[in-house]
Amino acid sequence: MTINIILGVSLVLAAAWTVMTARLLRSVIGLALTSMILTIIMFKLNSPLAAVFELSVCAGLISAIFISCISLTQRLTDEQAAAKQKERFSKFWLLPVILVLAGVALYQVHIPLDFHLQAAPSESDVRNIIWNLRHLDMIGQIVILLAGAFGVVALFKD
Amino acid sequence: MTELPQVFWLFSIGAILLLITGFYCLIMTYNLVRALIGLEILTKSVTLFIILVGYVTERVALAQALAITLIIIEVVVIAVAVGIVLCVYKNIKSIDGRLLRNIKG
Amino acid sequence: MLSPLLLLPLLAIIILNLPIRSLTQKLSVWVGIGLSLWQIVAVVLLAMGHESADAWGKYFTLGLSCDNLTLVLLMSIGIVTLATILVGWQTIGGEKQRFGFMNLVFVAMIGMNGTVMLADLFSLYIFIEVTAVASFILIAFQRNTNALEGAFKYIILSATATVMMLLSISIILLVVGDTSFAAAGSAVKQSQGNPLVIVAIGLFICGLLIKGGVVPFHGWLPAAYSAAPAAASVLLAGIATKTSGIYALIRLTTSVFANNESVNSILLLAGTISILVGAFAAIGQSDFKKMLAYSSISQVGYIILALGCGTNLAIIGAVFHLFNHSIFKSLLFVNSAAVETQSGTTDMNKLGGLGTKMPVTNATSLIAFLSTAGVPPLAGFWSKLIIIIALWQNNLHTYATIAVLASVLTLAYLLLMQRKVFFGKVAEGLGNVKEAGWGITTAASILAAITVGVGVTFPWMFNSVLMPISSFLK
Repeated sequence: MTINIILGVSLVLAAAWTVMTARLLRSVIGLALTSMILTIIMFKLNSPLAAVFELSVCAGLISAIFISCISLTQRLTDEQAAAKQKERFSKFWLLPVILVLAGVALYQVHIPLDFHLQAAPSESDVRNIIWNLRHLDMIGQIVILLAGAFGVVALFKD
Repeated sequence: MTELPQVFWLFSIGAILLLITGFYCLIMTYNLVRALIGLEILTKSVTLFIILVGYVTERVALAQALAITLIIIEVVVIAVAVGIVLCVYKNIKSIDGRLLRNIKG
Repeated sequence: MLSPLLLLPLLAIIILNLPIRSLTQKLSVWVGIGLSLWQIVAVVLLAMGHESADAWGKYFTLGLSCDNLTLVLLMSIGIVTLATILVGWQTIGGEKQRFGFMNLVFVAMIGMNGTVMLADLFSLYIFIEVTAVASFILIAFQRNTNALEGAFKYIILSATATVMMLLSISIILLVVGDTSFAAAGSAVKQSQGNPLVIVAIGLFICGLLIKGGVVPFHGWLPAAYSAAPAAASVLLAGIATKTSGIYALIRLTTSVFANNESVNSILLLAGTISILVGAFAAIGQSDFKKMLAYSSISQVGYIILALGCGTNLAIIGAVFHLFNHSIFKSLLFVNSAAVETQSGTTDMNKLGGLGTKMPVTNATSLIAFLSTAGVPPLAGFWSKLIIIIALWQNNLHTYATIAVLASVLTLAYLLLMQRKVFFGKVAEGLGNVKEAGWGITTAASILAAITVGVGVTFPWMFNSVLMPISSFLK
C-alpha cells in the first residue's frame, strides 16, 4: 500500500511540474516522467502489455514528436525564460493549492463500492481480445493510422 | 480482499487530480504546444482510470485492449495537432494562441 | 451487405495508394463517386429487405448492426459524400491536392459509416475519433491561418469531449463489465439512481453535445466551418458533426440511457438555447459561411429539442429533421462554395445581384433556404411540423412556441442572406461572374431535387417510410 501511495503522489507531482515549469522542453520531459510513473503503476495493476505501449509510445514517441516540434519553433534566452517563469508562477500558484485541497478532501470521502458485476467475465487473454474479438476496433485503428499519414502528408508537403 | 477498494480509491484520486491539472493547464495557457501537453495529461488520467477499472473488476485483458487502442489514437491525434501547430508557426512565426485571435480581429 | 460499407472504402484507399500513383491519381474522383453511389444503392436494397448473405462477414467478427435509424444515416452519408466529392472536384486545384482530399473524404466516410453501424461504446469512441481526425485535416487542408486556428480549436474541444466520453465509458465498464450497447443499456436500467451511472450519463452527453456543436459548447463550430475549404465544409456541416455528435446522442438516449427524465430536461434546455443563440447570432453575421454555421447550430437545436421530448413521434421528427438538415444545409454550403469560387469572397457586404449571373445557384439556394425556414411544402417544413406537434402533444407548449417563433427568425436571416447575395444590383467588380462549374451545379441540383421530392411526396412517405423509422425504439 505504501508503495502505491508513493507512486500515486509522484504521478501527480510529475504532472503538476509538467504544467508549471516555464520551459517547454522541461515540460515535455515532465510529461515523459509522468508517463514512466504511469507505466510502473500499470505494471502493478497487472497490465504489462498496455504498460509497454504506454512506455514506448507515450514516453518515447510522443516526447520525440513534441521535442522536434519545440526545436522547430521556439528558442528562449535565459532572461526570457526567467521572465516567463515569473509570469507562469503568477498564473499557476493556485494549482498546487487546489491539488492538495482536492486530494485531502477526496481522501476523506469513502464511496461504498462493490465490484460485483452483472456480466460474466469474458475472455481473459488480451491478444485474443485484440486480434479475434474486436475486429471492428482493429479496422478503426488501421484507418486512423492511415488518416494520420494523410494528415502529415497534407500538412507538410509543399 | 479488503485492499481492493483502497487501491481503487487511491488511484482514482490520482486520476482525478491529473484531470484537474490537465484542465487547469488547458484553461490558463495560451501556448499551443502547452495546450497539447494539457491534453496529454488528460489522456494519461483516462488511461490510468481504464486500467484501474480493469484491475478491480478483473477484466484486465479487456481494459488492456482498450488502453492500447486509446494510446494509438492519442498518438495520431497529437501528431496531427503538432503538424497544425508547425503550420501555424510557419504562417505567423509564433505559437502563441493570443496572436491568432488578434489576427482574426 | 453491412461490412462492405466499411471495407470497400478501406480497400479503395489501399489500392489508390499503391505505388502506381500516376494511374490512380486520376481515378480517385471516379472511385469516390462510385463508392458513394454504391452506398446509396446498397441502402435502398437493404431498406427493401435484400439482406444478401454477407460474403465478407465470415472472415471478420465486426458485430455490426443495422436498423432503420442506421439506414437513414447511411443514406444521408452517401448523398452528402457524393456532393462533397463533386464540389471538391471543381474547387480543389491540382491533381495531387485533390487526391489527398479524396483520401481524407474516404477516411471520413469509413468513420461515419462505422459510427452508425456499430453497437459498442468503445468502438463508438474509435470511429467518432476517426471522423474527427479526418475533419481536423480537412479543415486545415489549405493551411491558411484562419483554417489552422479553426482546426486547432476543434482539436482541443474535441479532445476534451473525447476525455469525457472515455471517462464515461470506463465508469460504465466499472458498473457493467462490458461496453456493448445491449449490456450497458440493461445495466443502466437496473441501476437507476446509482450516482456513478448518473455521472457517466452526464459526461457522455456533455461530450456528445460538444462534438455536435450545441450551445454552450459551440465555440469551435463557426471558426471551423467558415475557414474550412468549401468542399470540406459541405462534408462537415452536412454530415460529419451530425453523425459523430447528434446521431450518437439519438442512439444512446434511445437505446442505452433509456428515456431518463433529467436527461430529457437537460436536452430540452440545451436544444432551446441552441435554437435561439444560433438564430440570433446568424442575424448578425456578414460572412456567408459563418451565418450558415450559426444557422446549423440553430437547426441542430431542433433535433436536440425533439430528442428531449422523448416520445416516439418526437424521435421520428428528430431523425427526419436530421436527414433533411443534412440535405439542405449541405445544399447551402454547396451554394456558398459556388459563390466563393466564382466571386472570390464570402463577405456578404461585398456580394450582390448574383441571381441573374448564377441562375442555378440562385434557384437551389432559394429552395434550400425555404426548406430550412420551414416553408411548405418543402421537406424542412414537415420535419419541423412533426417536432412541434410532438412537443405540443407532450404539453411542452412553451418549447413549441419558441420553436415556431425561431423558425420566423430563420426565415428572416436567410431572406437577408438571399437578398444580399443574389437579389438587387450587381455589386462592384462582380460584373464578370459566371455560373459555377458543372460539378457544383450538379451537386446543388441533386440536393435541391431531394429536398423538393421529399417535401412533395411527404403525405405518402409519412406512413410508408417515416413511421417505420420508429421500429428501432424497441
